[in-house]
Amino acid sequence: MSSPSTRKALRMGLKDGAPFAVVIIPFGLLFGVVATEAGLNVIEALSFSVVVIAGAAQFTAVQLLSEHAPTWVVLASALAVNLRMAMYSASLTPHLGGAPLWKRAIIAYFLVDQTYACASMAYTKNPGWGLPEKLSYFFGALAPVCPLWYVATVAGALVGTSIPDGLALDFAVPITFLAIIAPMLTTGAHRAAALVSVALALGFAWLPYNLGLLVAAVAGMATGAEVERRFALAPFERVPE
Amino acid sequence: MNLPIDKTALWTVIIFLGLGSFGLRFVFLGLIGNRTMPEWVLRHLRYTAVAVLPALVAPLTLWPSATDGQPDPARLTAAAVTLAIGYFTRNVLAAIGAGAITLYVMLWLLG
Repeated sequence: MSSPSTRKALRMGLKDGAPFAVVIIPFGLLFGVVATEAGLNVIEALSFSVVVIAGAAQFTAVQLLSEHAPTWVVLASALAVNLRMAMYSASLTPHLGGAPLWKRAIIAYFLVDQTYACASMAYTKNPGWGLPEKLSYFFGALAPVCPLWYVATVAGALVGTSIPDGLALDFAVPITFLAIIAPMLTTGAHRAAALVSVALALGFAWLPYNLGLLVAAVAGMATGAEVERRFALAPFERVPE
Repeated sequence: MNLPIDKTALWTVIIFLGLGSFGLRFVFLGLIGNRTMPEWVLRHLRYTAVAVLPALVAPLTLWPSATDGQPDPARLTAAAVTLAIGYFTRNVLAAIGAGAITLYVMLWLLG
């Protein structure tokens, strides 16, 4: 496993993953703070980050839990946010599908926006790589990203309990989500999906059990797909944040 | 703010969301292998995030719980700035920073 070429791939992965620390640390801190604001303790916040390891879905789940949405609505909404992970999985399979099952399971666990972005770019740029180099690169790229997510969550949860109410932290979640959404609005289909989703979420806000959210999400998804089909937009390769 | 989160619900969500997220990440890599998904499935998957997140955020933005559901000029301005900065710079952290600064400035200005 340890040849000069795999060691080089590992170092490249570390180097490509490292800049994402700038995103992971504040985002993890914020999750820890928001989780404690919602009444979670440090262990519960950390469990979220270790078990789920997906920022946007974790924020979604905590927000809906604090609104006392039914458990299945929380799960359906947060899993819908994570559906893109299936795309990542499909896209890396030609490269990593030959690895033993236990390694593929570990890769799947660490398949997040940042590691996917690194790997898909590096595998395209280095067509000469075999499976050992590709695996080394992936593990290199996750090392500076994923452990920081846990550490930052704990730090945020510890700080969160001591933040005074005057800081208007209620609005940290909307601002974070808006900041995640805005850069995704790259095509007319994406903008149409988001607009329909907003309109229906507000229009159906009176539905019980946060069902308005699911109605809006399904309609938004269908709108995006239909606009893309009708206007034959070029297939869009999502660039993760 | 309001009632505490039920512990059973919390742990149910943590465990099943973890299993479900792992399932989504493992489905092709571990189970389906190299088979490709039908085009119409991919077409819908591309819009999941932009369909779910705006639906979640719209009521929170327009009717914040901190103001008992009354639209709040400071929070609305902060939301608009966040959206604009995120849209034009495509930088998530810049958008969060700009939104937070706007919120505090507006809260301070409006007393």
